[in-house]
Amino acid sequence: MLQEKIFTGVVLDENFRLTLLEICRICEVSAERVIELVDAGVIEVEGAEPLHWRFDALAFRRLQAALRLERDLGVNPAGAALALDLLEELRRLR
Amino acid sequence: MEFKDYYKILGVSRDAGQDEIKRAYRKLARKYHPDVSKEKNAEEKFKEVNEAYEVLKDPEKRRAYDQFGSQWQQGGQGFQPPPGWEEQFGFKGGAQAGGGFGDFSEFFEALFGGGRPHGRRGGFRMRGEDLHASVHIDLEDAYRGTTQTLTLNVPEADPASGRLVDKHKRLQVKIPKGIQEGQKIRLAGQGAPGMGGGPAGDLYLEIHFKPHRWFRVEGRDLYLDLPITPWEAALGAKVPVPTLEGRVELKIPPGAQTDKKLRLKGKGLPGRPAGDQYVILKIHTPPADTAEKKRLYEEMAKVMPMNPRQGMGV
Repeated sequence: MLQEKIFTGVVLDENFRLTLLEICRICEVSAERVIELVDAGVIEVEGAEPLHWRFDALAFRRLQAALRLERDLGVNPAGAALALDLLEELRRLR
Repeated sequence: MEFKDYYKILGVSRDAGQDEIKRAYRKLARKYHPDVSKEKNAEEKFKEVNEAYEVLKDPEKRRAYDQFGSQWQQGGQGFQPPPGWEEQFGFKGGAQAGGGFGDFSEFFEALFGGGRPHGRRGGFRMRGEDLHASVHIDLEDAYRGTTQTLTLNVPEADPASGRLVDKHKRLQVKIPKGIQEGQKIRLAGQGAPGMGGGPAGDLYLEIHFKPHRWFRVEGRDLYLDLPITPWEAALGAKVPVPTLEGRVELKIPPGAQTDKKLRLKGKGLPGRPAGDQYVILKIHTPPADTAEKKRLYEEMAKVMPMNPRQGMGV
């Protein structure tokens, strides 16, 4: 009997890090757009310069959510940052 | 095929203006957006709202939809587009599904030609949608790691029509040990297929723990309420305690009280560092249901008089 393939994914945990290039590729977004969202406070990054930026799991999830909120609801970066902060606060309270 | 009343979905009357439709859509899209909403069927509702707006915002589609309104009312579940529909209205291109959380219903596709042309015919290259799913696992599986077999609805290209159709896909996925509640696993390329030779999207699995009969979980730490007797609490004792790797002995210090928290270092979920297991003591008193037991309690009251409410001034 053929063995079914077992897929191994990447866990978005505390060890997860992406470079600017990687996050742009995965999220299908330009570097300029990511820089704009970092500047607006939607996501926080480690590192001083975009070339050395590292995005953790939280930043990755927030970036994806911000892009969806913008696409689906027309929310601008400042609005997305506010909405995501409030949602996180709500999650903590729950 | 199930009839969709797009006006009812958006909560507007059939003579609503474009502004009213837009306002209703925006309000409902905010309410049911899967990133925002905690409602159980938010994603499904969001898709429905998007589909309704896709039709009602477009004067051509709305006109076509309105024209057959009376037939739809009679058609109910068995509705089929009337003969000559395609020739009259010519909706073949469909629409790009709004949002990344799915696509349009069979009803929409029957009327407007389907939202998901696939292959190179579109002449543009597009990455497939990311898909999201929740996986509920036992705490023991998070502790040891496991392999889960998932069945997902994944859009796939139908070779005959070139369109995307939902197909059941079985996938065996490794869940690594030490995974935490709410964490996501990204499976690159396991989402919806791309268009025009574009790459497939990714699959994101959100991990949730099934409720455990003994343990509560916070991050990697476990919490366990442990019943003990009054004499174990007063005199101290070594008692057996369940952990995820089996039974261990726990030393209760003399003079312990209810809600005292003891730590079993490293006995939580694995990781760097591993979580701890916290044992919360709960003193259980035996019932005074015989003359002998009553006498013992009365003896205790005499020998050890105390007022546990002293701090309350009563």
